[in-house]
Amino acid sequence: MAKITIDGKELEFDEGLTILEAAKKLQIKIPTLCYNEHLSPYGGCRICLVEAATRAAPERSRLVPACTAPAEDGMIVVTDSDHVLDSRRFIIELLLSRCPESEQIREMAAEMGVGPDSSNLDVVGHYLLHRAPKRESTNCILCSLCVRVCQQIPQRFALSLKERGIGRKVTPPFERVAESCIGCGSCAYVCPTKTITIEEAS
Amino acid sequence: MGNFRFNLLVCAGTGCVSNNSFKVKAALEREIEKHKLQEEIQVVTTGCNGFCANGPIVVVKPDDIFYQLLTEEQIPHLVEEHFLKGRPVEKLMYTPSKGGAPIPKMSDIPFFGKQQLIALANRGLIDPENIDEYIALGGYQALSKALTEMTPEQVIEEIKASGLRGRGGAGFPTGKKWEFCRDASSAKAGSARDGGAGTSPSAQERTSGLALKYIICNADEGDPGAFMDRSIVESDPHALLEGMLIGAYAIGAGQGIIYIRGEYPLALERLNQALEQARDYGLLGEEILGSDFNFDISVSKGAGAFVCGEETSLIGSLEGKLPEPRVRPPYPAQSGYMGKPTNINNVETWANVPHIIKRGADWYSSIGTETSKGTKVFSLVGKVNNTGLVEVPMGITMREIVFDIGGGIPDGKKFKAVQTGGPSGGCIPESLLDTPVDYESLTQAGSIMGSGGMIVMDENNCMVEVARYFVSFTQEESCGKCSPCREGTWHMMNILDNITQGKGQEGDIELLEKIGKHIKETALCGLGNTAPNPVLTTIRYFRDEYEAHIRDKRCPAGVCKALITYSIDPQNCTGCTACAKNCPVECISGERKQTHVIDQQKCIKCGMCDSVCNFDAVRIE
Repeated sequence: MAKITIDGKELEFDEGLTILEAAKKLQIKIPTLCYNEHLSPYGGCRICLVEAATRAAPERSRLVPACTAPAEDGMIVVTDSDHVLDSRRFIIELLLSRCPESEQIREMAAEMGVGPDSSNLDVVGHYLLHRAPKRESTNCILCSLCVRVCQQIPQRFALSLKERGIGRKVTPPFERVAESCIGCGSCAYVCPTKTITIEEAS
Repeated sequence: MGNFRFNLLVCAGTGCVSNNSFKVKAALEREIEKHKLQEEIQVVTTGCNGFCANGPIVVVKPDDIFYQLLTEEQIPHLVEEHFLKGRPVEKLMYTPSKGGAPIPKMSDIPFFGKQQLIALANRGLIDPENIDEYIALGGYQALSKALTEMTPEQVIEEIKASGLRGRGGAGFPTGKKWEFCRDASSAKAGSARDGGAGTSPSAQERTSGLALKYIICNADEGDPGAFMDRSIVESDPHALLEGMLIGAYAIGAGQGIIYIRGEYPLALERLNQALEQARDYGLLGEEILGSDFNFDISVSKGAGAFVCGEETSLIGSLEGKLPEPRVRPPYPAQSGYMGKPTNINNVETWANVPHIIKRGADWYSSIGTETSKGTKVFSLVGKVNNTGLVEVPMGITMREIVFDIGGGIPDGKKFKAVQTGGPSGGCIPESLLDTPVDYESLTQAGSIMGSGGMIVMDENNCMVEVARYFVSFTQEESCGKCSPCREGTWHMMNILDNITQGKGQEGDIELLEKIGKHIKETALCGLGNTAPNPVLTTIRYFRDEYEAHIRDKRCPAGVCKALITYSIDPQNCTGCTACAKNCPVECISGERKQTHVIDQQKCIKCGMCDSVCNFDAVRIE
């Protein structure tokens, strides 16, 4: 049996577990956005970053996404250090700056002590939430859960990602109504920010 | 070189070709025929010499006479003087910019003198379109040695002992990478791996797409201004193929893929020619050189996404998926192309391999520094006299590259910085010019080795604008998968835009530093991990320029349009009217022989007046 230590708690486990799954067994909560246990992990949103080190060199810890990083024998993981919390705050500030109206993002930010009215915003938070250019309103955080669920569960490939960088979007192929869509609603179900709605066909 | 009295080596790299080297070649052949010298003089095309700024280039062998900047019209004179009358033409030779006598011999020109060629060993020497010329200079001997005298394990040991590290940028030890891939088990690899040398799959497995392991050559060179890989493929494509053959043998791969930029038509053409020739000679395909080693290579064209230089994105692109990085582990060595163990190296890494196998790890590791062995190819561009492609031993200082090989800064301007490692490299200031070029020293200076871009900047470059330019490049090329790179680099670009437009605020420097540090730590792949480097290093070494933009609303280098004004100095203005005639918005007025005046309301700050003024009368403040 391999052994991993997360926030001081030890877990014996079989190979093949991610840090996130190991933490769950220890009832340690790590925030996630682009993760769904039924889909392949993505590692995109970066909100689940934790500090991980090997027992041999505990001082050489690195930030890794808990959802994709495999739990390794002898690994020491910290999920609530200042470094981790600072980094997660940066990520949620980026997402809140992108989707200021998303209820779910605002809630998660508030849990991390982040909001436009928080008194403890540093120079980065202040810029992202007050000075950064305003953009077209969206609640989509580009976590790709909808795209992945459509590929992996009904296997309809009715959604895909278009363009790159800041211009990235989720759309049906060629921005037309996808003929392959069966209206199963999986995409709307997994969307963490409730951005996708299902309409009855007229 | 046969029985010819002279061999004329005409450079046919992309730089020279675009400067009409084929017309020069045709003119040479015409004149030689006119003088009935065709029995005595042979004209040959070669790959890139690297001295691209001075093309078209012709080197006369055996005397090694170097002619540059040739035009069709000069050829009759050149042929008559040099080849009929025996008088080499001095005015067509290289002359140092500081003045002095022309330098007739190629090897005496400082640009070439300090270089040490391994990856580019055959450049300018052989016709890249002719496999026989490669073989005549010892080509495919290393492959033969590996297949007949060495086990795959011995090949890997040799590469490990040589100290070769990945030339694509990250510098991972190549031998180790190969070993990971060799040791990785693919679903069906068990029995094949036990078979020792005969690890490559059967022809049937290969053609049916069941190859157990893949090797890939990353030739998706995306750094602006960099052309190392293109030049190697154009000048010596068989060196790449031989390196891949040896790697495939060592790793036990049955299929190779070269992923090359679609924008490299000449490289692509020569690569396909080379593959065809190698197949004809039995160097690719089945039972190579009479052994039981089977291997072939296919070519895939990249569609121009910078992120495809990142190996997992490249694999995604090859599979027909979106090019975006995947999380590692699993590493490509465990699960790469089509889920099979895959080894990726870039062009320059592969091109080093035949030399290491042929001449031995001891020889290779005697070149370079403690941790960085061998040589590195750089494309030296920007504000430097001799721009072009250079290959230098690791450990050489930046100063030697910029001032000895590069011949210093043009027009007597002052050196300001050199940026290494492409758009996500850092800018190194004059105080660190004696930094040796090796992976660790460059990282310590806040930059990276990268794949070998080297951009020289002088006093007329604004470092804030330089940082803005590179971040706008990386943010545009960010794939958008992870939040810090997608959102963070976009915010950095906006902040820098503001600063260069005079809208910076107190605290913006700290803001950029903090965002940059966060992105480096939290981004998914190498693109995001390094994208903030140009900003962080310019803040580290040129903080005063940022402060001038933010506090004094002033651009010290006179670059940022919103912060400068053009005016005409009455002391120097002679009233020649050149500026008024050339101003595209007609905002300069003044009678002939009277001082001219710029209408600041209409001026678009294009700099045309300054570039046409012969009397240094235009002031930029």
